[in-house]
Amino acid sequence: MKLNKKSASEASQKIIDWGESEGLITCFERAEKMKPCPIGETGACCKVCHMGPCRLVGRNAEKEVTGVCGATVSTVAARNLLRMVAAGTAAHSDHARSMAITLLAVGEGKTSDFEIKDPAKLKRMAEILDIPHEGKEIKELAREVALKLLDDFSRREGVVNYAKRAPQKTQERWKKWGILPRSIDREVVEAMHRTNMGVDHDPDHLLLHALKTSLADGWAGSMMSTDITDVLFGTPKPVRAEASFGIFKEDEVNLVVHGHEPTLAEAILDVVSEPEMVEYAKSRGAKGINLGGMCCTANEVLMRHGIPTSGGFTNQELGVMTGLIDAISVDVQCIMPAIVELSKKFHTKVITTSEKAMTKGATHVPFDEHHAREAARKIVRIAIDNYPNRTKKGKFVQSDKWPVIAGFSHEYIEYMQGGRWRASFRPLNDAIMAGRIRGVVGLVGCDNPRVPSTGLFRYLAMEFIKQDVLILTTGCGANAYGTAGYLTPETALEQAGPGLREVCEAIGIPPILHLGACVDNSRILTIASAMAAEGGLSDEIGGMPAVGIAPEWMSEKAIAIACYFAASGVPVIFGGGGSPVGASREVTEIMTKTWYERFMGSLHFEPDPENILNLALEYIDKARAYLKLKKYEPGRFGTERVLMDMAARRELEKAAKPHLGIG
Amino acid sequence: MSKAIASAAIRGANRIYREAEELLEKAIAEKGEGHRFEFNDTAYYLPMIYAMTGFPVKTLGDMRTALGFARDMLHAEPAEHIWKPYLGEALDSGMSTLFAEEVWLALRTALGMEPEKDPETGLAYNGFITDTIQRNLGIQLVDGTMPGFAAIIGAAPDDDTALNIVRELQEKNILIFLSGHVNGESVTKQLQRKGVELGWDTRIVPLGPRTEHTLYALDWAIRASLIFGNKKPGDFKGHLKYQKDRVFAFAMVLGELDDMKWATGAGAINMGFPAIADTDIPVVHPTGVCTYEEVDKEFDHSKIVQKSIEVRGLKIIVEKPPIPVAYGPAFEGERIRKEDMFMEFGGQRTPAFEWVRMREMEEVEDGKVTVTGANWQELYEKGGKMPLGLVIDVAGRKMQKDFESVIERKVHHNINEGQGLWHMGQRDLNWIRISKAAKSAGVTLEHLGQIMTTMMPHRFRSIIDKVQVTIYTDEKEVLALREQARQAYAERDKRLGSLTDESVDTFYSCLLCQSFAPSHVCIITPERLGLCGAYNWLDGKAAFEIDPTGGNQPVPKGQVMDSRFGRYTGVDEYLRKSTGGAVETLNLYTIMENPMTSCGCFECIVAIVPEANGVMIVQRGHQGMTPAGMKFSTLAGSVGGGMQTPGFMGIGRNFITSKKFLAGDGGIKRIVWMTKNLKESLKEAFEERAAEAGAPGLLDKIADETVAEDSEKLLEYLAGVEHPALQMDPII
Repeated sequence: MKLNKKSASEASQKIIDWGESEGLITCFERAEKMKPCPIGETGACCKVCHMGPCRLVGRNAEKEVTGVCGATVSTVAARNLLRMVAAGTAAHSDHARSMAITLLAVGEGKTSDFEIKDPAKLKRMAEILDIPHEGKEIKELAREVALKLLDDFSRREGVVNYAKRAPQKTQERWKKWGILPRSIDREVVEAMHRTNMGVDHDPDHLLLHALKTSLADGWAGSMMSTDITDVLFGTPKPVRAEASFGIFKEDEVNLVVHGHEPTLAEAILDVVSEPEMVEYAKSRGAKGINLGGMCCTANEVLMRHGIPTSGGFTNQELGVMTGLIDAISVDVQCIMPAIVELSKKFHTKVITTSEKAMTKGATHVPFDEHHAREAARKIVRIAIDNYPNRTKKGKFVQSDKWPVIAGFSHEYIEYMQGGRWRASFRPLNDAIMAGRIRGVVGLVGCDNPRVPSTGLFRYLAMEFIKQDVLILTTGCGANAYGTAGYLTPETALEQAGPGLREVCEAIGIPPILHLGACVDNSRILTIASAMAAEGGLSDEIGGMPAVGIAPEWMSEKAIAIACYFAASGVPVIFGGGGSPVGASREVTEIMTKTWYERFMGSLHFEPDPENILNLALEYIDKARAYLKLKKYEPGRFGTERVLMDMAARRELEKAAKPHLGIG
Repeated sequence: MSKAIASAAIRGANRIYREAEELLEKAIAEKGEGHRFEFNDTAYYLPMIYAMTGFPVKTLGDMRTALGFARDMLHAEPAEHIWKPYLGEALDSGMSTLFAEEVWLALRTALGMEPEKDPETGLAYNGFITDTIQRNLGIQLVDGTMPGFAAIIGAAPDDDTALNIVRELQEKNILIFLSGHVNGESVTKQLQRKGVELGWDTRIVPLGPRTEHTLYALDWAIRASLIFGNKKPGDFKGHLKYQKDRVFAFAMVLGELDDMKWATGAGAINMGFPAIADTDIPVVHPTGVCTYEEVDKEFDHSKIVQKSIEVRGLKIIVEKPPIPVAYGPAFEGERIRKEDMFMEFGGQRTPAFEWVRMREMEEVEDGKVTVTGANWQELYEKGGKMPLGLVIDVAGRKMQKDFESVIERKVHHNINEGQGLWHMGQRDLNWIRISKAAKSAGVTLEHLGQIMTTMMPHRFRSIIDKVQVTIYTDEKEVLALREQARQAYAERDKRLGSLTDESVDTFYSCLLCQSFAPSHVCIITPERLGLCGAYNWLDGKAAFEIDPTGGNQPVPKGQVMDSRFGRYTGVDEYLRKSTGGAVETLNLYTIMENPMTSCGCFECIVAIVPEANGVMIVQRGHQGMTPAGMKFSTLAGSVGGGMQTPGFMGIGRNFITSKKFLAGDGGIKRIVWMTKNLKESLKEAFEERAAEAGAPGLLDKIADETVAEDSEKLLEYLAGVEHPALQMDPII
C-alpha cells in the first residue's frame, strides 16, 4: 500500500493537488495540521463535569491515575464509548423517526407528496408486527404500522418490535445479559444519565448498556428506517449507475443531494423531471438538470433510481472544487461545515434544509414531509438560477467515472439466488459450506482523510475477494468501491478467487454487494438471520464465518453500528487511527474477549491494514472450524455428495441433511 | 448460471411465450374464449400451472390468464458488459417457459396437433402422461425398482451410442423420457433404427419430437407432489422442495443446445433437476438450487450415465446375474411375440411348474444349478417347446416355511427382468419364453437357474443363505414332481386360509411409500393387504426378516378396543408415533370413522354413495364417470396424501373379497356399484365370499358402468334388483 497519497482515488487526488496549488484548504490538509488529541483519542479524557476536564495519563495510568472524583481510566474510557454509542444511535434513530412520521403522514393522508410504493413489503412488515392486514386499506395499514413502530421510541417497558426478527439463540443471549432494548429514546436517555457525573462507574456494566443502546439502533431505529424507506420509495433491486466526479455535466445544471435522509432527495427527484423545471433550466441556458448524490443520500437514490454518486464523505469539498456544482442540498449527518466557506470561493450554493441542522452562511430552505415538493422546487430553482454564475474555476470535467451495479436489498439477494420460485439463502449457505466462499465480510463505514482516503477499503477488498471472501458494503464504503470501479460483475471475473468467482458468475453479481446507506447495515442483520434460519451454518448470528470491518471509521454512528454487530454475534474490526478505548486494557479486554464469550461478537481497534486482514481471516477460519465446515483451501472446494437410496429417501423427514435443506 | 446460459434461457422464454400467445389467439378466434379444455385423464388441469399458482385452467380464456403469469416472468437479456444479476431472472424465465410450453401443448392438443406422429416412421409419440400411468407406477417409484428418471433431449452422435446410453439407463432401472432433436435427428429415431421397443413397458417413453415436449415429463413429475406428496395447488415452495428432495430426475442433453433447450432446462432447474450435456457448454457448479451441480458436462458417453446419476445424488445398487443379456426391471415389460420366440415352456403347451422348497442347510449346495433330462441340450438347441420343472431349494437360518410363497412370487420378476426372457403366471400355471435374440446371445437353460441363484439371495438377503436350482426337462419327471408341488401349494393355501387378523398377534406396517408420500403409513394385516396390492402380511413379515430397519415394521396388535371396527391399542400407538401425531387412531374395518390413509398408489377407491346406503368401488385406470359424481382421477385427489377422509378410502383389489372388508359397516353387501373390470376379475372369489356372507347372487345385483354412471340411475337399478344394501342400517 502506498501511503504517501491523501486519497486512493486518482480523481480525488488530482483535485486535492490542484486545490493545494490554489491555496484551497480541505479536510486533507486540516487533518495533517490538526493531529488527534492524544489523550482524547485513547478515551482517557473525562469532561463530564467541570471539576475537570481530567487527563488520565501517565505511567501505569490504568492502575494509578484517577480523575478528581476518583473515576479510573476504565470508567472514563467505557463512559466515553457509551456516549459515542448514544450519539450514534440517536443519529440513526432520529432519521428513523422522520421516516416513521412520514409514513404516518402518508397513512393519515396528510401529505400527497409521498405514497406507498411497495405495499407487499408493508404487508410483510405488518406480519412481523402482528398487525392483521387482510382486506385492510393500504393507507390504514401504513398508519397502523407507523404508529406501532413509533412506539419503539418511547415504550416504557417491554422490548423493541423487531428484536424478534433475530434468531432465537441470539435473542436468548440478549435476554441472559439483560441487553434487550426497551425503546430507543429510553436507552439513549439512560445512557446519557449513566454517563453523567457520579452515576455508573463499572466499565463492564457501562459497556453492557452500550450494547443495549446500540441494539436499539440496529434492531429498531436503523431497521425500521430501512423498511419504511423501502415501503415509501421502493425496495431496491439491481440498477446500473455511475460514480465519481465524472458524473457532473458541463452543459446541465448540476444539483447534488448530500446527507442522509432520502425524503427530500426523493422529492427533488420527482420534480427535476417536471416540464416546467426543465424549461426553466433551459431558459437559463442549461440543457437540463443533472441530479447527483453525495455520501449516504447518494446511496439511497442510487439504490432505488440509479442516480449517480459523486462519492463519499471526503469527496464533499472536492465536489465543490470541481466548480461544476450549482447547488448542493444537505440535510443531516456528515456535512462538513467547511463546504459553506469553501463554496464561497466558487459559485456553488450550499442549501441546508433540516430544522435540526443549520450552518452559518448557507442558504436555508426549510423542508418537511408535508410540503416536500414545494421545498424541492425551491431548491431546484436555486440551482438553476445559479447555473449562469458558473466560472471557469475548477472545471474538472472528469473523464473518469465508473460503472456501478448496486441495489442489493435483502429481498433481492434472496431472489437472485433462486428467482421468484426458489428464492432462498440455500445457495449462499451451500457455497460457504462447500468452501467456495470462505466467509462474508461487511466492509462498511466512513472514509477518512487521516488515512489515504478510501485506500484501506480498496486494499482490503482486493485481498478478501482474492481469498474467496464475499463482501457486503454500505454507506461511504459503498461510495469508496463505486468510485474505485469495483462494483461491477467483471471485478469478480478478473479479481476474485476461483470459488467466489464461480458463485458470482453463477448469479451474475459483483464480488462486492452494495446494500445501501449506513442506516441499511440493518439489512446485514436480517440477511445474517436468514442465513441462520436456512440451516447448515450457525443457528444464530454468532458463529457465522462473518466479520464486520470499518477500516476508515470516524463517525459516532460507526461505533453504534460496531456495537450492535458485536452484540448480535459478529466480530468487528475498526481500523484507521488509534483505539478510542486504547487507554484502558480492561475495557479493551471486555470488548474483545468478554463480549466474544457472551455474544460471539467483539470489537477490535486495529490500525494496521494487514493485521485487519489477518484477524478477519482468523475469525472466519475459526468459525468454519467451529461449524465443522470443510477447511478452506483456495481452489479446492465442492460439496461432498450424499447419494440417496430408497431407504435414505424414506428417512428424509426424520434425518435432516443440512445441505439438502430439510428441516 | 453463466451469462451465456441465462441469456439463452431468457431468449427462449420470450420465444415460446410469443409462440404460445399467437397460437392462443388463433385458437380463441376459432373456438371462442369459453371453449373448455382438459388434458386426457388428469384431475390437475394444466398441472404445472396448477401446482405453482393454484390457478385451474379450464378454458381457452383461462389460458390467456395463465399466459399472463408467463409474461410477468419474462426479462431482458443481460447486458454484454456491466450486466445486472441474471440467475433469478433466468430461473423465472425457465418457469415462464414451462407455463408457456404447457399452454402451447394444451392448445396443440385442443387443435388436434398432439400427440404428434412421426411422418416417416409412423411412431405415435406418448404426448401428455395421464394420472393413471402416474398412479400405476406408484409402487415402483418407492420400492427401488424405478429410482430415477432421465429426460434425454436431442440426439446421440450415432445410433450405437444412443443404444448404449439407453441400455445403461435401463439396467440402472431409470425411467427414460425422450424429446427434442438436433437438426431433425433424435434418440427416438436412433433407437427405432436399432429396433428397440419403445413405450411404458420398456421404460423408454418418446414424448414428442421437440424440446417443448419435455414439459410432459415435468408435468408428470409435478403430479408426484400433488398426488403422493399432498402438496396443495399454489404451494409452490412445497412442491418445488418435494421435487428437489424426492423426485430424482435429471436431463441428459445430447448434441448441440439451442435457446429452447436452455430455457426448458432453466425451468427444470427450478424443480431441482440438473442438466448434463455431452457438448462443451458453460457449467454451473455452485449448489443450492439443485442439490448438487445445476449444469455439468461429460464428453465420454460411457461415463455420462454415471455422471448424471451422481450429479442428481442418486444411489443405485444393481445386481446382475451372470447371463449374456441385459438385466433389470426395465426389461420386464418387454413382450416376446411368437415370431421372435425361440423356445417356450408351460402355458398349456407343455407341462411346467415352479416351486420354491425350504430345505435344511446341509441339503443345499449353494449356487449349484443342475439341468436334468435326456438330451436336453439337443432338444433345447432345436427350439420350439419343452416341459419345464423349476425347483428352487433354499435354506437359511432365518428361513420359514411361510416365506416359500413370498420367494416363489419373485420367480416371475427374476425371469422377466432378463432381456429376451419372458414369464407370466405362477406355480403350475406358469409360462416362459426365450427370444431368438436371447438364444443367439447365448442364453441356455442353465441361465434360468443362475438367475435364481443370483437374484434370490440378493432379494432375500438374510433369509436365504443358500440356494440351489434343479431344472427338469423330462416330461415324466416333470409330471411326477408337479404332483408333489401341487400338494405343497394346497398346504400353503390351507395355511394362508387359517391366517386371520385374530390368529396373529402382530401386524406389519408398510412405509415404503414414505420416500414419496412422507405422511402415509399402511397397516397390513393377514386379512387386509397393502392398498397398492403389492404387499401382503407375509410379504411384510419376510421383508422385516430381511431388513429389520427397513420399510416394513412389526406392529404388535395390543388390546382390541373395538372388535367390530377393528381398533387396536398397538396399532394406534404405532401410528401416533410414526405419523408424529397426525393420525391418532385407526379403524381397520370401517370406512366411516378414522379409516386407513392412502399414499396415492391405491389400486381402487372405495367411496360411499349415501343415497344408496352403500359404497362404490372404482379401479385405477377407469376413465368413466362414477355414481359419486367424480371420475377416478378426481376422487383420487381427495383420498391421497396420508389423510384420513371418512367415506373415502384407497384399497388393494384383493381386499374386496376379504372377510374384513368394511366388516364394521356391513361388509361386502354394502357394495352397490363396482366397475365391470372389477366384477369380472374378482368373480370367482367374490361369489364364494358373497355366498359365505349370506348373499349369493350379490355380484349380479351390483351395478356397473354399463347400468349406471350417476346415482339416480343407480338407485333405480338397485331398487329393481332389490339390492340388500337398501335394507341395511343407514351407513351414515
